[in-house]
Amino acid sequence: MLDKLLNIDRRIIFAVLTTIVIVAILFPMGLAIQISEPAKKLYREIESIPPGSYIFLSFDYDPASMAELDPMALAVIRHSFRKDLKIVSLGLWPQGVLLGQANLEKAAQEYGKEYGVDFVNLGYKTGGIVVISGISTDLRCIFPQDYTERNIDELPLLNGIDNLEPFKLVVTFSAGDPGVRDWVMIAQARYGKKVGCGSTAVQAPAFYPYLQAGQLVGLVGGMKGAAEYEQLVKLPGLATAGMDAQSLAHAVIVFSIIFGNVIFLLKKRSSSG
Amino acid sequence: MKRQVPLIITFIVGVVMVIQYFIPRQPFAGLFDTFNRWFLVIAVFALLLGLLNLLRLHVNKVKKIDKGWGYSVVLLSGLVATIFTGAKWGIGTGTPFNYIFVNIQQPMGATMFALLAFFIASASFRAFRARNIDATLLLVAAIIVMLGRVPIGNILWNKLPLIADWIMTYPNTAGQRAIMIGIALGTVSYSLRVILGIERTYLGGE
Repeated sequence: MLDKLLNIDRRIIFAVLTTIVIVAILFPMGLAIQISEPAKKLYREIESIPPGSYIFLSFDYDPASMAELDPMALAVIRHSFRKDLKIVSLGLWPQGVLLGQANLEKAAQEYGKEYGVDFVNLGYKTGGIVVISGISTDLRCIFPQDYTERNIDELPLLNGIDNLEPFKLVVTFSAGDPGVRDWVMIAQARYGKKVGCGSTAVQAPAFYPYLQAGQLVGLVGGMKGAAEYEQLVKLPGLATAGMDAQSLAHAVIVFSIIFGNVIFLLKKRSSSG
Repeated sequence: MKRQVPLIITFIVGVVMVIQYFIPRQPFAGLFDTFNRWFLVIAVFALLLGLLNLLRLHVNKVKKIDKGWGYSVVLLSGLVATIFTGAKWGIGTGTPFNYIFVNIQQPMGATMFALLAFFIASASFRAFRARNIDATLLLVAAIIVMLGRVPIGNILWNKLPLIADWIMTYPNTAGQRAIMIGIALGTVSYSLRVILGIERTYLGGE
């Protein structure tokens, strides 16, 4: 009996998880979301930037992690546009450019912002940390054109912008390497820029040392972090909607761990006895 | 000669990059910018090399009708279609490239990653065992953080999010910092070995 339970068909676990997620999406429970301090820190930092200032966004992720990072990117962009901040962005990951652009355009429509005047997407350049290093000293040399190959001299937003100096904050939405570490190592440690980040839940624990040392001004971790930021800007979106499903999925996994261990211990006891 | 030239280049570039960090003045600052630009150019060629290698591998597979050649046809079709549409019409909103990205690559990428949830659920039942004290500690911490980081944890016990935050802020940060310092020391020692020509495996062979 115990052996049977221990070797349970994995498809049963898959079916339980699928059912739980579908039910949670179809019938939302609206569980209250507690906001963590790292997310509040990023919100406060953006809130403290004077209107009309420049911020730099880096979309360093791909479709695989868009479920976590897209909602937080959109929430931060909406916050920035609402504060009338000017956004310049790039992607250290090639697919991040179009994912970021989709979010920029969505928020731009809501807040009546115009490409080239209120926001610009510089596109992708291979090189990761070297790209950051390059734009810190000479942005125009590294990105003479934007992501649609338009000369950046034609974009009024970039008039007089030659490097990272005018930017009040850099926020990276990162799913791995290149990403948060590179921005902290170069933009923060070398050029003294304030850096905040949004990251996947799985890599967020690795960035707590940066947060504690003040090298990151704020951290939005995973879909939970995205939901927290949506709550902070009072614009609930996909992440808030997904929190019920994630809560129940976590509960299923925790139950699986406990159930598996109980059977394991019972079997161990019966075989030793 | 074949080995000496790369070793000399590595030594000169490595030493200049180290010096410029501590003396960010001319001529080192200028050399730093120049080397960075060169790196970006070389990186593009590396990308091209990877692309050509990918093409060669899959074209050969299709030619020989090796096992799984159908997948290679799909890959090559995708590669040609995206390069052609991107080069001809650009990648901006409303272009065919953007249509391919939004309607094919995005859902496929997200689906692949979503499958991970199922494997984690299955693995958590089969592999996550409290076999000894270390594993038990890890297991308890994982359960607290998993529940404490989602709204349901607060419903189960309102102290759970606080304990999860404490684990993330203190034990996690201490552990991560130790790992980071270890990695940094390892990187410094490896870099020195490369700059001084002691470590030569990157040249191939030896």
